[in-house]
Amino acid sequence: MSTNAVSQSSAASQNEELIPRYSLGERVNHWLGALSYIYLLMTGLAFWSPYLYWMAAVVGGAPTARFWHPWFGLIFAGSLFWTFKEWHRDMQIDDGDRAWAKAMPDYIQNQDDKLPPVGRFNFGQKLFFWGIFYSVILLLLSGVALWYTEALPWSFRFVRYAAVLIHASVALITIGLFLIHVYMSAILEEGSFGSMIHGYVTRAWAWTFHRTWYYEVTGKFRPKQ
Amino acid sequence: MSQASTEIVRISGHAGTVAGAGLNREFQVCKLVDTTTCIGCKACEVACLEWNGYTFSETTFDNSYQTMPETAWNYWNLIKFNEHERDDGSMMLLMRKDQCMHCEDPGCLAACPADSAIVQYANGIVDFQEAHCIGCGYCITGCPFNIPKFSPTARKVFKCTLCNDRVSVGLEPACIKACPTGCLHFGTKSEMKELAETRAEQLREVSGFADAGVYDPPGVSGTHVIYVLHDAKNPELYGGLPKDPHIPYSVQLWKGPLKWLGNLAMIGGLVGLALHYMRFGPKKEEPIPPGERADVERRV
Repeated sequence: MSTNAVSQSSAASQNEELIPRYSLGERVNHWLGALSYIYLLMTGLAFWSPYLYWMAAVVGGAPTARFWHPWFGLIFAGSLFWTFKEWHRDMQIDDGDRAWAKAMPDYIQNQDDKLPPVGRFNFGQKLFFWGIFYSVILLLLSGVALWYTEALPWSFRFVRYAAVLIHASVALITIGLFLIHVYMSAILEEGSFGSMIHGYVTRAWAWTFHRTWYYEVTGKFRPKQ
Repeated sequence: MSQASTEIVRISGHAGTVAGAGLNREFQVCKLVDTTTCIGCKACEVACLEWNGYTFSETTFDNSYQTMPETAWNYWNLIKFNEHERDDGSMMLLMRKDQCMHCEDPGCLAACPADSAIVQYANGIVDFQEAHCIGCGYCITGCPFNIPKFSPTARKVFKCTLCNDRVSVGLEPACIKACPTGCLHFGTKSEMKELAETRAEQLREVSGFADAGVYDPPGVSGTHVIYVLHDAKNPELYGGLPKDPHIPYSVQLWKGPLKWLGNLAMIGGLVGLALHYMRFGPKKEEPIPPGERADVERRV
């Protein structure tokens, strides 16, 4: 696409032009993680409260859920570790994020024009990512202890005691993060949900929500490094 | 007493009321194990296997008379042997029949997430209903006595039933029936408690065991299996009987405050997000101002 072609195009059509945001691999991995998390959420909540025990019935019954929950945990952890490999550079928290964090009330009140420009991911997304990442490590460690709980000798019972508390507490944290994530990307911010399906966002979307990234990918603006 | 085992007073993982709750007839059962008259013959171990239909397990030799290190999913009754050297240098062979204690406040039941997998009958028997067990093993975490055992083939957990099937038709448990020395007794909780206290008093006053006493731990609100011990101040000597058993604090925290905090947080979160959407609405993309069209501006 030549410079001329762009400058000749109307402002309206430029706003609607699509730019790639998530690769096929990123999207497939995201949905692998999302579906495995939803399974873990439903079966985990069934084990959490008698009032939610029906959730296990929805996915095949509680004994079946007990069998598959750890395996889906491994799938979810695998998905997260792949995400870490691909995204950890984009997720580093920098000075811009600290300025953005101070302006977070504006973000919450949907006054996005008052916020400092952000790169590929904003500070909230970075918090979400690191929250889930460290939670997965804790869930994995405590989860293995619960998976083969009978294999732990009696003298190591403190591991079981720690594991039930850690697993439930950390799972609750991920549920909080999950609710905010789903709300923001599927309901609140228009255009985000589709981008995780087909991979594209409009120029106007990128300019509005991730301005630094918009300049990087469209303007041949060279970021540091 | 026999009908009592059909009156369910507590159900694991169960929302709502329980039909047998609130009954005031006294039909609590109890097994009394007098360790001071046990001879370690293991007739109770054999009777338990025979009645419950299990075959003999392979034994583990560990320089002791003990059949295996601990009870197993298909071996619910195990005499624990301890060659104890007393302060005066003399030796005592301490023998304690280990099995489910049938706690009045059962940790297995508190920890269990499966509706109806663990029930407590009005007579005090805590029974696993394997048809409802999901094999999660939380009961193993909840038990302060190391009793529930997981069967890898069945993927379910098993333990002593206090012969609920026998008790419910008016018979005593198989182990009681097999005991040749009369160190095992079965009856109501108050009768057994009285008998145990009488025996403990006899041990203190006649037999010279100054610390003899009854083991009926208050930390789990008492048990439906009680012991007479020569040395009630050191129950650990009897194959690791815990001094002050209680439901693990982490299980109490997990099933108590954490559950309510978590439920409130989840509901609060959902409500908060809904309110946010109603108050602030969606985030919409804005058109790019003409001067901000990156391709054009940055290349000029």
